[in-house]
Amino acid sequence: MPTFVYMTRCDGCGHCVDICPSDIMHIDKTYRRAYNIEPNMCWECYSCVKACPQNAIDVRGYADFAPLGHSVRVLREEAKATISWKIRFRDGREKNFVSPIRTTPWGSIKGPAEYDAPRPEDFAKQELAHEPEALNIKGGLPALRPEQLKLGVV
Amino acid sequence: MFTNNPFATLTDILPAWFMQVYVILMFVAVVAGTLFDVVHKGSARYFFNNWRKSNSKGAKQIGGGEWVSLAVQTGLVDVLASGEFCNARRRVAHLLTMHGFLIYVITTAVMVFGYPTPATPTPAILPLLWWIGGLMVCLGGYWFWFFIRADVAAEGNSPLRFMRADLFVLSLLASVTLGLIWAFLQTRGGPGASVFFGLYLIATTVLFGSVPWSKFAHMFFKPAAAFEKRASYANGSRSNLPAPADKPELFGSAREQPRHY
Repeated sequence: MPTFVYMTRCDGCGHCVDICPSDIMHIDKTYRRAYNIEPNMCWECYSCVKACPQNAIDVRGYADFAPLGHSVRVLREEAKATISWKIRFRDGREKNFVSPIRTTPWGSIKGPAEYDAPRPEDFAKQELAHEPEALNIKGGLPALRPEQLKLGVV
Repeated sequence: MFTNNPFATLTDILPAWFMQVYVILMFVAVVAGTLFDVVHKGSARYFFNNWRKSNSKGAKQIGGGEWVSLAVQTGLVDVLASGEFCNARRRVAHLLTMHGFLIYVITTAVMVFGYPTPATPTPAILPLLWWIGGLMVCLGGYWFWFFIRADVAAEGNSPLRFMRADLFVLSLLASVTLGLIWAFLQTRGGPGASVFFGLYLIATTVLFGSVPWSKFAHMFFKPAAAFEKRASYANGSRSNLPAPADKPELFGSAREQPRHY
């Protein structure tokens, strides 16, 4: 289901360009609006559809399983941490879904640059950067005790 | 310098009617270019088809008073305050460029037609506004072109890359920058003012004459699209988008502390 852009809605901000995992959303050289340069390579992740602040990106379904006349529209609400889907079938039926997309408030997760740089000795550890603090687990990393292991295996 | 009407001083070398005819020609070029653009791209047909579709799908009819309210909101929020931009930097750059351009163009027209010669002294506020408008265009335009344009840093392109989408902003910047340089040199009385005036005319002709090939016409279709968007929200069709989620901010068990084991 390749994406396409409503040119009158798009303001060329480049969010879709940044987020597209296939790097196929580009800015048009004539009108400075976003467009899908290679629809065949679109893997329908809907990242750009959800990220677009103008709701300017839509998805055109392949005719073999999504006949003409249907629509799938998505609305991301950062304040509510939800994604809403509206599926309209070509016979007029409509289905609406709402899904939570965050367990923490929007903008509350620190970026990598906001953490302290790892110390040289941290590179020799098994944990990844800023673990175990970043895992947000009270009492530190859990470990299996010998009695928890299956008898005869270890 | 900031209180001299550069177009009145120009009458030392050119008759007053020259700039008046030039401004009229540019106005005609914009109108003709926009009409050609609308017909060639079928944008008016697309707009009205969309409009009819949106109205027919709407859950409720919009009344006369509501239409006026929508038009006022579109004008004040979406057009004058560039309310559709989500990125604050882009919005500020657009506000500077748009309002600067309006001030610059309007004061140009008033000075050219109202105070064409030194015999009719120009109120000091007009050239001052002309300079302020021009500097606003330069500030917003250069900021946008060098620092805010998308698809430049992410694609590893040169910050000086030029493509057809840049025709509008670059011809606008060239016109205003060369105009300001010309006015500065003319006031100083130094050499080169005539050369910069010629370059200013060329850049301005490109700006207003290239409407069918540049994005100049967005001044007209963007407000129309913003109005259609507001109407679709008012009549309930919401461009086919889902209604806002009716769930509260805290979304049930999903907000619990994560349990990794």
